[in-house]
Amino acid sequence: MDDTDRRAQRHADIVAKLLGVLILLSLSFLPSASFAQDWVRTGSGLGVEKVRLAVPDFKPSNSDPQNTALLKTFNDTFWSDLDNSGVVELVSKSFYPLQVPGQPAEITFPAWNSPPPNAAMLAFGNLAVAGGKVTVQGWLYDVKNTASPQVLGKQYTDVPTIDAARVIAHKFADEIIFRLGGGIPGIAESTIYFVSDRTGHKEIWAMDYDGSNQRQLTHQGSISLSPRISPDGSRLAFSSLTKSGWDILMYSMDLNRPVSFPRLGGTNLSPAWSPDGSKLALSSSRAGHSEIYVCDASGGNLHRMTTGKGPDVSPTWNRKTGAQIAFVSGSTGLPQVYTMEADGTNQQRMTDQGYAVSPNWSPNGQFLTLAWIRKYGPGEPGSSDIYLMDIASKQWVQLTHDGGRNDFPSWSPDGRHIVFQSSRSGKEEIWEMLADGSKLHQLTFTGRNSQPNWSWK
Amino acid sequence: MRRQSLKVLATVAALAAIMMLGACHKKTAPAPPPPPPPAPSPTASISVSPDTIDKGQSATLTWQTSNATDVSIDGIGAVQPSGSQQVSPADSATYHLVAKGAGGTQEATARLTVTQPPAPAAATTSPTDEDLFGQTVKDIYFDYDKSDIRTDQQAAVQADAQFLTQHSNISFTIEGHCDERGSTEYNLALGDQRASSVKNALAAVGISASRIKTISYGKEKPFCMESNESCWQQNRRGHFVYQK
Repeated sequence: MDDTDRRAQRHADIVAKLLGVLILLSLSFLPSASFAQDWVRTGSGLGVEKVRLAVPDFKPSNSDPQNTALLKTFNDTFWSDLDNSGVVELVSKSFYPLQVPGQPAEITFPAWNSPPPNAAMLAFGNLAVAGGKVTVQGWLYDVKNTASPQVLGKQYTDVPTIDAARVIAHKFADEIIFRLGGGIPGIAESTIYFVSDRTGHKEIWAMDYDGSNQRQLTHQGSISLSPRISPDGSRLAFSSLTKSGWDILMYSMDLNRPVSFPRLGGTNLSPAWSPDGSKLALSSSRAGHSEIYVCDASGGNLHRMTTGKGPDVSPTWNRKTGAQIAFVSGSTGLPQVYTMEADGTNQQRMTDQGYAVSPNWSPNGQFLTLAWIRKYGPGEPGSSDIYLMDIASKQWVQLTHDGGRNDFPSWSPDGRHIVFQSSRSGKEEIWEMLADGSKLHQLTFTGRNSQPNWSWK
Repeated sequence: MRRQSLKVLATVAALAAIMMLGACHKKTAPAPPPPPPPAPSPTASISVSPDTIDKGQSATLTWQTSNATDVSIDGIGAVQPSGSQQVSPADSATYHLVAKGAGGTQEATARLTVTQPPAPAAATTSPTDEDLFGQTVKDIYFDYDKSDIRTDQQAAVQADAQFLTQHSNISFTIEGHCDERGSTEYNLALGDQRASSVKNALAAVGISASRIKTISYGKEKPFCMESNESCWQQNRRGHFVYQK
């Protein structure tokens, strides 16, 4: 059997599994790019039409000189948020009529609801700076329903800065995504925490979900890794090399400084928050081998959950129930992903072969995403790719195919996106994609950046 | 003639206009908000020639960087962006070059092995414990993804144990290191396991555990930066550090 045949056979298998797994995901099918690839990109919602949304640029409603710069940021951010959401199909601007509305009175419905734009929905509005404030008015109109078209009307007022314009765009985009995306809140106001070495040391950084507003949080001056934000966003747990070794440290997002967390002894790695924020799971070698422990968010009441001899690391809680923990164990040789009840009972091996690490539990509780080198060993030039696994059936689907070493996937709060680290550009950077592998784009470009962790909301 | 060229000009202009109009119609969604324009990343390389010398000889260290504003080599300090220098270390040394620029930080490493003279028959000054420790105690190497001590490393463990038994006043740290393959968090746990393995092997032959500190570096501080097996093997080790 030559290579092509084997690939074809493999694709048939993958597609069969995909249909089983992905039908559960409320994802939209996005046709693949037409360049030659030796794999199949598919998804659920096959044949499901997405809402066609037209988004003409917002217009200035007075002649203040600051309007131009703020509108540019607002319009770019707003379009990008809606485009990245994966829940709407944006109508190309080349189909728009020459006269676009800045407010409801200016709409001519036939110019939008029939071809060429053939839009179902229209998001439009205006922006103006006046009296030291910027005001944005935005509407979402159902243009096929000319009798009662308004779905949403919003007004935002803030200081007239570029940052404020971006935040307003995120807020209004989230309102629209919430209404058109099945009532699941949008993610435009979410945050991604990550490790960056751009200062010369690996420190914890944060950025907006679209890669903008990158800012340094820690100044440890050693090596800081594995940032994990608490469900309410108030605290960030991470692992850092201190004078006494690898310790779990806690950073208060409210106070903008580190707060105390007990030294546990041994090498302490990979903290993970329970979904109610009351507990942490972590890896500690305080009793010899690296094992999974669970403690209170204060660090007290520490309990050991695993007893194998191999290194156990990288726990992640079932984000829906908080009743199970997935983790990585090297107890049988190469690291594999396991699940167990949160009290340590009923350990189940999830991955059947290769090198499987960095599990992250989906917000709906049904899936794990993980980094996996399925083909491993001499003569098996396997690459580390991001996979999605249905926990109940252990069926999996490969999400990345484009080379590089891909690791540390983390779900977005809406379960529609995955952020991960990849070396595909030549060095480790943070990338984001829809959870079916499409809409891939790079978020960081400066220094080496790794271990992204998406906020819970 | 002139009339004809005018005509040609007019046709070209009309064509250009049509093409531009066409281009306008093909206009697609604007890209997501552009990230800050990336400053060019620094590049850095460093080499040492020859890479093995006898003690007392010297070797030439050569380095090159670009797009870097701040270049330094551990043990030498700040240096020119590119250059070379004679070095003559007493022991094997790793030259770690850090090039910082607006576009980030790039690191490069060169390893110089210094062969010790077979028997320093008549040392003029008596060596310190630290010197002896550095000359005698050998690092322990591991197989990929393994933390148990290989049969071919048992002799090194025995030799280390013998020296450490004779010098019972010395305290030391064992660093667990891993190669660049594998995942950050798992490698830190594996490095911890490697350091513990070496500690346990020494404790088993009577070295007091209170003299031994362990630390894992995972793949955070490699000895060798190339992506090949000989380099990876260099990085999979339990490394002994004298504790002052």
